[in-house]
Amino acid sequence: MSQIETFYDVMRSQGITRRSFMKYCSLTAAALGLGPAFVPKIAHAMETKPRTPVIWVHGLECTCCSESFIRSAHPLAKDVVLSMISLDYDDTLMAAAGHQAEAALQDTIDKYKGNYILAVEGNPPLNEDGMYCIVGGKPFTDQLRHAAEHAKAIISWGACASYGCVQAAAPNPTRATPVHKVITDKPIIKVPGCPPIAEVMTGVITYMLTFDRMPELDRQGRPAMFYSQRIHDKCYRRPHFDAGQFVEHWDDENARKGYCLYKMGCKGPTTYNACSTVRWNEGVSFPIQSGHGCIGCSEDGFWDQGSFYNRVTDLTQFGIEANADKVGATAAGVVGAGIAAHIAVSALKSAQKKTQSKEEV
Amino acid sequence: MTETTPVQQLADDATAEDIDSIRTRTSVFVYEWPVRLWHWVNAALITLLIGTGWFIASPLPSMDFAEATFQFVMGYNRFIHFACGQLLTVAFAARIYWAFVGNHHARQLFYVPVWRKTWWHEMFHELKWYAFIAKTPKKYVGHNPLAQMAMFFFMTIGLTFMLATGWALYAEGAGQGSLPDLAMGWLAALVGNTQILHSIHHLGMWFIVIFMMIHIYAAIREDIMSRQSMVSTMISGHRTFKDDLPE
Repeated sequence: MSQIETFYDVMRSQGITRRSFMKYCSLTAAALGLGPAFVPKIAHAMETKPRTPVIWVHGLECTCCSESFIRSAHPLAKDVVLSMISLDYDDTLMAAAGHQAEAALQDTIDKYKGNYILAVEGNPPLNEDGMYCIVGGKPFTDQLRHAAEHAKAIISWGACASYGCVQAAAPNPTRATPVHKVITDKPIIKVPGCPPIAEVMTGVITYMLTFDRMPELDRQGRPAMFYSQRIHDKCYRRPHFDAGQFVEHWDDENARKGYCLYKMGCKGPTTYNACSTVRWNEGVSFPIQSGHGCIGCSEDGFWDQGSFYNRVTDLTQFGIEANADKVGATAAGVVGAGIAAHIAVSALKSAQKKTQSKEEV
Repeated sequence: MTETTPVQQLADDATAEDIDSIRTRTSVFVYEWPVRLWHWVNAALITLLIGTGWFIASPLPSMDFAEATFQFVMGYNRFIHFACGQLLTVAFAARIYWAFVGNHHARQLFYVPVWRKTWWHEMFHELKWYAFIAKTPKKYVGHNPLAQMAMFFFMTIGLTFMLATGWALYAEGAGQGSLPDLAMGWLAALVGNTQILHSIHHLGMWFIVIFMMIHIYAAIREDIMSRQSMVSTMISGHRTFKDDLPE
């Protein structure tokens, strides 16, 4: 491996003072939920470790993950991109284009075999041999497999790479497939969300660089420090939920008072993410704070869970407008009618039997 | 008037017809007290679970009688649901235990003897009885084959399904690493989006409601029209037969 500058070297050459560097380290520690004892550890890692090369590839997606990432406030994406990682290939952020860019990708793979992190934004469509997504004249599936072969670990950015998102919603015409179903022999970290929170994205990278290992993952492969609790568990409107105070209509008094959005179809109770704690845009707000329910964008198949505005999900298998209650009530109605008819026939039959036995006597 | 026949112990209002009937009626002890107790506790808990579960999916109209801090409408509703679910789990476990130590009839809930030829024969007869083709039903000490099948699919399978999905949903609130999470959290991960878990748990509720309708109707109908007691058997444990014909 050729000599790469450390994070600290790059930061100093950027004109960042030692004092600002230490501040940055303590902020990062705080963002990761680590105690003050870890600040010197982070500083030490940054002063001595060579920057980790990162290859960032883009499949079927809308680039909202990148848009989110470059808006990170703690740590600033500028810091992450310029000092912490060596982002050697990212076709949307890099200056190079065309053959130059593809050469950079191959260079990085050759140079850092087995040592680089592959960050995947978007997912590969598998139908028609992957023709629905072409990068540099070749199907994205090929690029992904090629880049993944020698990667140390893979980060699946966003709902697309983690679960499939909108392009994988039923009927999924291009057979858009999440990364972990295509690459099965590498450790994969899912960072779902549409997009994921910027601080979560940079936080995951910072953690991996500082401690040189993957963060603790939950059963679905998401970093536990950001995805172990539901929006609902840390929602500031939770007391209204427990009290039974709900927004009943979008324009009612309860909406103005900021009551719970459960009845408006909020998916907070089934969505694992850090929105209600980290929030968005430097902690300014998040959907529920802005008066709209959570749509569950960081959950598997969130486009296929019926309307964003229903609590009881539509079950399209039983018709466009059906849900569990309509299906159940219909079935119960049919059974009830059957019982009523059975009672009637039973009564008639026994009446008939009585008359017959009377006649016999 | 000094004869000591059993008839003498009868109250005065017994007619000659009644005395005839008493002589032809037989009874057998079927359900031990733990089975009966479980039945009624189970029924009460399921009723409460259906009610509170309904209001979790579709909460009551908003109430505003106090500050949110001092008001706990949804909280109490959910508490009752969770408490009943936990009691249901304990009761079901105790019922499974009793299947091992109780009498032969305590085991009937947990299997369907599809390998037994006579079972199929009796089952077709029971179907004919319900379809008004057979004139008389058979006498059964325990469940009739149709009832046994319904019990197995709606209760043994149905309750297990509701307990499994219920605990997986409860694990979400209890948090990762908690006991419910260690026991059932894998199910939530398997399903992926837990909104689906809510939906299937909700459909399961209707499954149980449909069973209740059929169960209560069949029990009352059989009590009136069949050759044996039904409702009182689940109270006293004794099955009484209305005739002494062997078949």
